[in-house]
Amino acid sequence: MGTLDRARDVHIMKWFRSSSGAESASAASGQRLTRRSSGMGELWRTLSTQEGLCVLDIGNTSAKNIQLFTEMGHKVYSEDLLIAATERDLIIEDENGHPTLDVKKFLAENLTYEPGTFDCVLLWNLPDYLEEALVKPVVDRLWSVMKPGGMLLAFFHTRDAGPDAPCYRFHIAGKDSLEMQPMTQHPEFAKRPGRFVGKFRLQRVFANRHIENLFKDFKSIKFFLARDNIREALVVR
Amino acid sequence: MADTREVAHIGKSVVIKGELSGSEDLYVDGSVEGTIELKDNRLTVGPNGRVRANINAKGVIVEGKVDGKIAASERAELRPTAVVNGDLSTKRIVIDEGAFFKGAVDPGDSSKS
Repeated sequence: MGTLDRARDVHIMKWFRSSSGAESASAASGQRLTRRSSGMGELWRTLSTQEGLCVLDIGNTSAKNIQLFTEMGHKVYSEDLLIAATERDLIIEDENGHPTLDVKKFLAENLTYEPGTFDCVLLWNLPDYLEEALVKPVVDRLWSVMKPGGMLLAFFHTRDAGPDAPCYRFHIAGKDSLEMQPMTQHPEFAKRPGRFVGKFRLQRVFANRHIENLFKDFKSIKFFLARDNIREALVVR
Repeated sequence: MADTREVAHIGKSVVIKGELSGSEDLYVDGSVEGTIELKDNRLTVGPNGRVRANINAKGVIVEGKVDGKIAASERAELRPTAVVNGDLSTKRIVIDEGAFFKGAVDPGDSSKS
């Protein structure tokens, strides 16, 4: 196995960790938890009073979210950037021969929409779990594909949840209520050679100023601090 | 009452490139590249099915892989093993837990492909 192949496997293993005995009961059983979301509550006001909006839901396919938005009369796009970021072909060598992520390739294959498409983007917890090199480029791309005045909801950990904390997928359960489901990997992607099947790992904890800097090109940002050590950010394009 | 409609079957070793059309239900467990036109019938993509085509059918059930737009005038179902990359337009959509979908779902676009 060459250096690049080893680097690719390390890259993939960095993203996935096998479960340990410390995994929470809900994550082990795949049970969904419920949490109240003030950010979602604010967003709901827009979603429920207007029709024909264009929504981008970033994360594992959520049948619940798709059904909700289509029943409300909105057009919904679903895209799982976390899974997309684990593609082996994204690892290339830089000019010094060191493995690095091909950000251009990632953006050429993902979030390829016309400028000003979306009224609403559900980014969920992606920035906390995405490879460092992709975070800012993804946010910049989202800026360009959102309509002026469009709203984006993102969640950030306020402290390190530990290596065995599950990565959750969020399903909208009501106007300010979310169901959290531990993320799993689709068998189709687990089949690919060299992939390590496990769980996504928290990559970083953003400070407030880092979040503000991340969204500095946006018009405004509003924070909601929740008791479960999650900082919600509602950002306006 | 048992469903006694005729179903044409494309087995997993079969590879088809081109325009596929018909007036009976179709089960695809092989590879199809091109377009699939079954305006008044149902298409099922089996677990081994690999379809790179725009699909226009009355009903579509996906258990395998589809790259292309799906227009189902009545209903589209994505089963747990489904991997769909492409937009979906249908009156009614059912996505099972575990299905992978990347694309847009437009609730008011069921007549277009």
